[in-house]
Amino acid sequence: MKMCCGALAVVLLLLSVDAATIDRVEYDYFKYHPMDEITKWMTQIEKDYKDIARIEDYGHTYENRTISLLKIGLETGQQKKAIWMDCGIHAREWIAPAFCQFFVREILQAYKTDPKMNEMMKNMDFYVTPVLNVDGYMFSWQNNETRLWRKNRTPGPRNCTCFGTDLNRNFDANWGTVGVSYDCCSNTYCGTSPASEPEAQAVTKFVGSRKDDFLCFLTIHSYGQLLLVPYGHPNFTADNYDELMEVGLAAADAIRQVHGKNYTVGTSPAVLYSNSGSSRDWARMQGIPLTYTFELRDKGMYGFVLPEDQIQPACEEAYEGAMHIITYAYNKTFNGAVATAAAAVWSLILAVGVTSATLM
Amino acid sequence: MSLRILMFLAVMSAVTGSPSSTVAPEATSQNQTVNPTGAAVDGGVSPDSTNEIQESDLNEPQEDEMETGVLNPDHYPARRAARVVQHYLNTRYGSPYKVFHLDTVHSATAENVTDSGRKYQVEFSVKDMISKKSVKSSAEVFFPKLDEATEKQLQELWYQQQRLQQQHTPVVTISCQEPLAIDTKAQEEAWYQQNKVNQSLVSQNLPDSHGHIEPGMEPLWHLGIVASSFIMLNQSTENTLYNMAQVANVTQLETENEQLKFEYDILLHDMVSQEIPRWRMQFTWSPTEGVRVLQMQHLPKCHNCKLPETN
Repeated sequence: MKMCCGALAVVLLLLSVDAATIDRVEYDYFKYHPMDEITKWMTQIEKDYKDIARIEDYGHTYENRTISLLKIGLETGQQKKAIWMDCGIHAREWIAPAFCQFFVREILQAYKTDPKMNEMMKNMDFYVTPVLNVDGYMFSWQNNETRLWRKNRTPGPRNCTCFGTDLNRNFDANWGTVGVSYDCCSNTYCGTSPASEPEAQAVTKFVGSRKDDFLCFLTIHSYGQLLLVPYGHPNFTADNYDELMEVGLAAADAIRQVHGKNYTVGTSPAVLYSNSGSSRDWARMQGIPLTYTFELRDKGMYGFVLPEDQIQPACEEAYEGAMHIITYAYNKTFNGAVATAAAAVWSLILAVGVTSATLM
Repeated sequence: MSLRILMFLAVMSAVTGSPSSTVAPEATSQNQTVNPTGAAVDGGVSPDSTNEIQESDLNEPQEDEMETGVLNPDHYPARRAARVVQHYLNTRYGSPYKVFHLDTVHSATAENVTDSGRKYQVEFSVKDMISKKSVKSSAEVFFPKLDEATEKQLQELWYQQQRLQQQHTPVVTISCQEPLAIDTKAQEEAWYQQNKVNQSLVSQNLPDSHGHIEPGMEPLWHLGIVASSFIMLNQSTENTLYNMAQVANVTQLETENEQLKFEYDILLHDMVSQEIPRWRMQFTWSPTEGVRVLQMQHLPKCHNCKLPETN
């Protein structure tokens, strides 16, 4: 009798597991997803890639929602070098969170099949935030009137009935100087003070506490088909401007090779407009060498409401651009001439040391 | 002997640095730090220190700082001027079946025209988004110098009513015949006839939140871009970069004459201010006459609208 029940239980279990596998629908990376679906997806990724993916909650929004990232890389027990990517700082730029999700999928697949990515995952961690401005993103999903919302959802200060601060003007980087408005109703309102916003504070704290680990800081936006390098203030030039431009132009070439789309590379004041308080500028000022703002498709025909049939090509080309920058940063740190030179010097020192010891 | 060991150790630590870090890339050792007033610590030029930053100073360079001579075609002055040409082309040649979008700026120059404004010369390519045909051309764009009152009015975000202002509209002269070469007469005529009979076209949200346009509604979307090009052309300055973000609402109005007549609520996007100005316009269209604007009105931003509860 007992054995019969046991066997029945096993059969039922197997059937239910089977059913679960059949029922689970493949996540559609080429549709726009509301926040609750993105959250569920993150949980699923963590489950499916237990050995290399982990969710980390690193802050909260004004409306007290959790801000989370996926940390992807092999757990080595040591502090590793890192890559930062955030999407959805601006609510209406829906292609950006779509790209972050696609990026995660791609690197996880490449981890299994591409030796280079496998090596990168051993030596580096990828920190990807699919939606930074959670409140704003959710607000933009509410109805047709809210679709083009940009800012977060912090209420305005006294005497101002409007909502929202432009998070990409709120970082502590030349804050409040250029390309901003002090009017809380404006879409470029920079907030009440540098990093006054909890979303900006979350990034500042997380990245700031391990800034020497980061090789690369990529912040994803739309639209315009641009790769923007620091700084947003016209009077300041990054000391590695030449490197930023060279790597950026090569990344734009990589993008063009996918679907023929042209991305313009340059500083914001040169190709677009001056601005201050951007996350990219803040990251560069922390010493993170390769910081870029990606402005994805298109160039204004659809603008923020990019059709879903363009999600795939937009993501594919941006992925090549991002990977070019990331691979460059990785190679510069881990491979090549530098390592060889260090090895040569070591050998020389050891030889001198041994000789001295022998002579004594 | 101990001195030699000390030297050996000193040499080792100097070369290898901190034992826990990997070889650091060049750039991280040179921090570009900036103190809160905006003065750079290394490199760069400090802005004039001032505690009273006027809001008008916060945006674009003043006129005397604007570039003249040969312009970098990838930089914003040339791109903004070329965008104005796109708007002009759409007002002149656009239709429910023909919409131009700026593709590339090949070259550009700019000059100050003493006391009256600035003139750009641009060589560019535009693409017709429907036929996908590319047209290369050149044009001159003249931005009239704005008096202080008009400048202020244009910078304000929510003025109640804005009638067609002729005096600040940029003036565009093109030198190409090709936009006329794309033949859309048959489709335009068919659409015209269809809607002359049933004067009841109605639509919202073109495109919708997901970028989708209801099949059969594309000509209405295209017509919206063409009509809004009149507004965008009229409102353009060297400090704006307009695209149409969305058609919020379309209603076809009845007419007894040859024209089709529409009322559109249109959302524009100005890339520079990042604002979404909302305009209502009434205009007529026919294959022979193109778009004729009857009325256009800037609708105020709705800050205190009753919005659905957030969850």
